[in-house]
Amino acid sequence: MKRLAGLFWSLLFLLVPILGVITFAVAPAYDIWLPKDVSEHGAAVDGLFYFILGLTGVVFVATELCLFWFIWKYDEKNDKAEVKYRHGSHVLEVVWTVIPAAVLLFLAIYQMNTWADVKMRRPNMAPTVEVIGRQFEWRLRYPGRDGVLGTPDDLHLVNDLHLPIDEDILIQLKSMDVLHSFFLPNVRIKQDAVPGMKIPVWFKAREEGVFDIVCAELCGWGHYKMKGRVTFESRESFEQWLEVKYQEQEATQPSKTET
Amino acid sequence: MSTVETKLTSVQDAPEKQETHVHPQPSSSQKLSTFLSTYVFSKDHKVIGLQFLFSTLLWFLIGGLLALAVRWQVAWPWSDVPVVGKLFAQQGGQMAPEFYTMLFTMHATVMIFLVIIPILAGAFGNFLIPLMIGADDMAFPTLNMLSYWFMWPAFIAFGASFFVEGGAASSGWTSYPTLATNVNSSPGAGWGQTLWLVGLTFVGVSSMLGSVNYMTTIILMRAPGMTMFRLPMTIWAMFITAVLQAFALPVLTAAGFMQLADRSLGTGFFTPEGNIVNNAVATAGGGQPLLWQHLFWFYSHPAVYIMILPAMGMVSDILTCFARKPLFGYRPMVYSVAGIAGLGFIVWGHHMFMSGMNPALGTTFMVSTMMIALPSAVKTFNWLGTIWAGRIQFTTSMLFALSFVSMFIIGGLSGIFMAATPVDIFIHDTYFIVAHFHYVLFAGTAMGVWAAIYFWFPKMFGRTMNEFWGKVHFFLTFIFLNGTFFTMHILGAVGFPRRLADAYHYETFHHLQPLNAFMTYCAIGMVASQIIFAVNFFWSMFYGPVAGRNPWNSNTLEWTAPSPPGHGNFDFQPIVHRGPYEYSVPGVDSDHLMQTDPPNAAAAAAAAAAH
Repeated sequence: MKRLAGLFWSLLFLLVPILGVITFAVAPAYDIWLPKDVSEHGAAVDGLFYFILGLTGVVFVATELCLFWFIWKYDEKNDKAEVKYRHGSHVLEVVWTVIPAAVLLFLAIYQMNTWADVKMRRPNMAPTVEVIGRQFEWRLRYPGRDGVLGTPDDLHLVNDLHLPIDEDILIQLKSMDVLHSFFLPNVRIKQDAVPGMKIPVWFKAREEGVFDIVCAELCGWGHYKMKGRVTFESRESFEQWLEVKYQEQEATQPSKTET
Repeated sequence: MSTVETKLTSVQDAPEKQETHVHPQPSSSQKLSTFLSTYVFSKDHKVIGLQFLFSTLLWFLIGGLLALAVRWQVAWPWSDVPVVGKLFAQQGGQMAPEFYTMLFTMHATVMIFLVIIPILAGAFGNFLIPLMIGADDMAFPTLNMLSYWFMWPAFIAFGASFFVEGGAASSGWTSYPTLATNVNSSPGAGWGQTLWLVGLTFVGVSSMLGSVNYMTTIILMRAPGMTMFRLPMTIWAMFITAVLQAFALPVLTAAGFMQLADRSLGTGFFTPEGNIVNNAVATAGGGQPLLWQHLFWFYSHPAVYIMILPAMGMVSDILTCFARKPLFGYRPMVYSVAGIAGLGFIVWGHHMFMSGMNPALGTTFMVSTMMIALPSAVKTFNWLGTIWAGRIQFTTSMLFALSFVSMFIIGGLSGIFMAATPVDIFIHDTYFIVAHFHYVLFAGTAMGVWAAIYFWFPKMFGRTMNEFWGKVHFFLTFIFLNGTFFTMHILGAVGFPRRLADAYHYETFHHLQPLNAFMTYCAIGMVASQIIFAVNFFWSMFYGPVAGRNPWNSNTLEWTAPSPPGHGNFDFQPIVHRGPYEYSVPGVDSDHLMQTDPPNAAAAAAAAAAH
């Protein structure tokens, strides 16, 4: 009977690894997990996530079970307990310093290439589109019929980003006012838009579809509704769409014959 | 409280005189000045520590209520908010989105600057440092008194900011320009942000005054025989935290002045050329928003270690006491605390991986951030080693200390995900980050703080808190906090963003409302459970069972002093003969050998044999 309290508390601590693992195991079934990825580099990002999940998962279960086991076994009400008067173990300290250090160093080196691919190895090409964050919308600027960004015939749109699949995309990211962040969950892309800076963002989409653009840096009261949509489509479909948009924009402008 | 009064009326007398009554018939102005100097502007570190404790616990309640309002909006966006809806009504009882941005800004600000940092350093640092090292008070008692009273302008500035035009600051506790610097960017970027910067400055000065005092006291005022490597882990942690404060804070204070200057004096440290916000006229430019981020995080990263190291130290002391066993790996534990602090100065860029900072620089910060996981892992293994083969006593304090270890494992491991730069691309600014820091700060530090309150309450007030209700408080808090915060990890895996008043109109997130509702119910339960703690705390102060000097049979010096200690702390000059963790020493009758107990041949032989 005296042991009851100790048993109760140790079982409470046992719930931590049990419910922790169950939560992560069950979540994908409820669609509360990594969203669909349509990018080329996304597999590497997700792969690293899963690798770390496996590693930390093992350490989590092992250490929490160890904690539970010690709480269960070394309850003072358990008469068999006899205190071991030890101040430490030099061998153990070396082991549990060197092994984690090696694992962490490995992890650090293992991931450097993926980061470089996404953020450092910019493709040598002209920008596909310029994205400008503004309270509270995504302004888009495509090159006009002349194919050059930054000329008077550029196409100006808001929130409706279209991009071709199976091609390198280069986005020039700017902000008009405060910090924003260009987050495409389904492309595993995120980059803060900083006023005064012009930041390149690049990726390649493998699959067609329509997905969210989310602002991921607090930009004011309308941060929650700064929603855009990105449509990935084939090159032909993309060019047809561009043509429609050019015509819509030209229809709003005075023709050159009028005075 | 009669024992405290008797001791403290002789505050004006030299310690040798044993008079307990100071003046036969004091005039009312003398009575007032004695009252003020004893209880209000006291220079006694114990009174100052209690002043910090009461103030921070009150702000803890306020910060918790702000969190509940945040959780309400996340669970049921645009619904009528109970209570708050009537007090701050904008559209009926509905929360306005700008109000939401203010709520999470002030929740974080209050919890970080008015709760966690002052309760660890100001309350426990102040109360415990002289007692645990065998000193009669701090090195600079007047400076100590000022460090508490400098908090009051901060309390007033932050408190008043809720009621000024535009409301309190609403640019996040991180106050990034140009949202924070340009008054046109949001309502809270007006007076609210200015008062926020003023409050931050006073908190910074208070911390600086405290840190100078702690470092000096620990270095110079230790009792005879108290070598550095006989100090309890609480003191090592407080010492190293004070060093962190001293070196990191000036950068934040300077950055705060720069932001104030940008807002009021027309400078442009953080404003780029031609920046137009909300159709207003452009201000002076030529600056860089990223500069603020570097300066801010140069302090705020060491700040997070300031917010956990003292709790780690106290947990170490509590675990050894209730496992009746020496600390496993004392020197590795000390070096780990120093390692965490040292590495803590070179990882700040991990908050800026997506900021537009040079990605190559990001790689260097990634490596240092990976390495900082190492000393934390070493500490966790040593805590496990401490309770291994012990005789665990399941007091309330011990339960909170054990939960610190369990929850810190989760918080620490989740940090590895965001240290990995490619993964951070996805999880930055999502609830994965929110899960991580709530596990280390709440499930970690706050649990450590409760462990410390239950443990040192008898020393502070001369009575013990109720154990049964303490355990109920622990159980409910433990269950509800995990219900609230654990699923934030999987929310983050979906990419659920932070700081959004309503995320459900995005296709990616529209199915997550039920989970968020569950988490809010748990959060409400968690805050409601603290009522049990509050009642226990105040009731026990007056009616709890009277505690002797050493109710827990602990070894450190504070347990040789009366409960509560009088002015000057000790009846006799403490002389230290051994380290703080001599529990269950073979050949010794008692299961603990206090630091001041006379030298013992059997103990010395056992200690020699054990190495």
